[in-house]
Amino acid sequence: MTALTTTVRPSQEATPRPVPWRRMIWVTWRQHRATFISVPAVLAAAAILLVVFGLRAHHDYAALVNCPLDPGKQSGTCSRLMANFNSGVWPLANVCSILMQLAPVLLGAFAGAPLLARELESGTFRYAWTQGFGRERQAIAKLVLLGLTLAVLAWAFSELFSWFFQPFLWVEQMNQMSTEAVFDTRGLVFPVFTLVSFVIGAFLGMLFRRSIPAMAATLGVYLVIRLLAWGVRGQYPLTLVTRNAWQFTAYGTPGQPGFPWILNSWVTGPGGKPASPSIVSQVQLSLGGGGNQPVSVPKGYTIWTRFFPASHFWPMQLIEAGWLLVLAVAIGAAAVWLVHRRAV
Amino acid sequence: MNVIETDGLGKRYGKSWALLDCTLTVPEGTLAALVGPNGSGKSTLMNMAAGLSVPTAGTLTVLDGQHAGSPVALDEIAFMAQDAPVYKNLSVADMLHLTSNLNRRFDEHFAKARLADLGIPLKKKSGKLSGGQQSQVALTLALARRPRLLILDEPLSALDPIARQDFMATVMTTMADEGMSVLLSSHALAELERVADYLIVLGDGQLRIAGHAEDLVATHRVLTGPVTEADRCAEQHAVVQDKRAGAQAHLLVRSARADDPVPPRWEAHPVSLEELTLAYLRGPGSQAQRKSPITDSIEVTEVAR
Repeated sequence: MTALTTTVRPSQEATPRPVPWRRMIWVTWRQHRATFISVPAVLAAAAILLVVFGLRAHHDYAALVNCPLDPGKQSGTCSRLMANFNSGVWPLANVCSILMQLAPVLLGAFAGAPLLARELESGTFRYAWTQGFGRERQAIAKLVLLGLTLAVLAWAFSELFSWFFQPFLWVEQMNQMSTEAVFDTRGLVFPVFTLVSFVIGAFLGMLFRRSIPAMAATLGVYLVIRLLAWGVRGQYPLTLVTRNAWQFTAYGTPGQPGFPWILNSWVTGPGGKPASPSIVSQVQLSLGGGGNQPVSVPKGYTIWTRFFPASHFWPMQLIEAGWLLVLAVAIGAAAVWLVHRRAV
Repeated sequence: MNVIETDGLGKRYGKSWALLDCTLTVPEGTLAALVGPNGSGKSTLMNMAAGLSVPTAGTLTVLDGQHAGSPVALDEIAFMAQDAPVYKNLSVADMLHLTSNLNRRFDEHFAKARLADLGIPLKKKSGKLSGGQQSQVALTLALARRPRLLILDEPLSALDPIARQDFMATVMTTMADEGMSVLLSSHALAELERVADYLIVLGDGQLRIAGHAEDLVATHRVLTGPVTEADRCAEQHAVVQDKRAGAQAHLLVRSARADDPVPPRWEAHPVSLEELTLAYLRGPGSQAQRKSPITDSIEVTEVAR
């Protein structure tokens, strides 16, 4: 028996050539088939709803498009159309908008938390981690493949949502809607937020070794990162400051995010000194009267407004998606490190 | 050539040591049996050899100095964990394809032929198979990887007696054909006696003894004689187990040579591997237990060479 040991074995190089990465495509697909099927299925169902309601919203908006924006100047037909638009699809759009804020973490936690934790829960890591492919490489391949798939799906869905939401945006610009919620659901930021949630889920799953607690914790961590993103957005070096331009007349054009994003405004008196609180409240009162009303600014006083112009949408998206992507890679690397470190 | 070498190996969970100060070697080409009661550190040792767990103290290398869990080790060592974990929602065919994709070598022809012999349908979900069938699938997957070392943690527990024999026969055949080494843990002492050519006995996380089966049998004997002279006789020998019943004393002793002189009025009997194992597992009062278990193992391995 012993005599055979050295002759029969063909494969005793010093370092074996690693098992090719491409093999993980089938492995990841087969092991996570439920995720690969259910996530697109849920998104497709939501997409059908968005298309149905989106067609209606676009249709209703098309009837509205020639009406004057100032409610005071609207004819009876226009008022009726406006009321119809506001009461008909608007509540639904609101719900959809809130769901879109949560969609990245719902997708990410669902797909990410069980990714590595399931192996520990079921004990199959004893099988998976002792195969020739290596546990760290398996984790990397799964994170990349599933993460990319999720990001692409999220991107496609956000494009559809943007189309769905555009009529509401056009109408809503009259009311100075918070643009945070719009920015989050568009362009690169939405899929990258989904990716961040996904890697947080995978990391926490590995940390807790349990899927369900990891999902719950992912929600919490995601909210923290979301708030952080909102906090630092104003610090992006893309702001413009303008004076006495309280009234932005450049309404959004179809296909563009449109209206500028006002960060803050302040009032200065003669010589650039800050205005007294009474003046500020007076100006604010007149500003609150309606976006299109002329504002009476006392002589010698200036209203300053710091804002992101609509044209800065893509640079801002790139900055935010950039640092979030770096964060996602770092958390993903930490998850792989936990896989590497994990000992039974 | 050793497939496993440990030096002062220890593993601690919290405050308790699952394995303590364990120095042993498993030579290549042997079927090494790892025996010991539950909680004696068998799985701990196997998990570390498979690279799933890292030592708290000491060192462990596999396949002539390779780090456990390194790419070479993963490539050449197949591990069948306790309770044979399988992906319950995957079919047997999927498990085959999965293992084939995760390894450089996979003998699909062998795997399919063996599963067909066992009557395990490829289309069936792994979770729907019986425990014994799951063990057979796990063994088939491990063998089809054509490993240099196969580590089997309690592989026989889910099998009926006939399946156990077939299981061991398959392992033995592959060993002969492929030059594979095997480390196997089990409670089934009697079955191991027939197949094991190397024995490692663990108790309470400590190594009791390790060595080639034939050497262990050759260097241990039972000396039977009058109780009145038992103490004097015990002083002159390395006693593993001391049993006294009525006027007769039975001392299981270790000696360098099988034909060492026997004291007058005493008789020497050979021991079976099973008796010997039980003796090492039992009786913390025996002399061998009081001595450091490591020196025991070194002496025995030295004799083996």
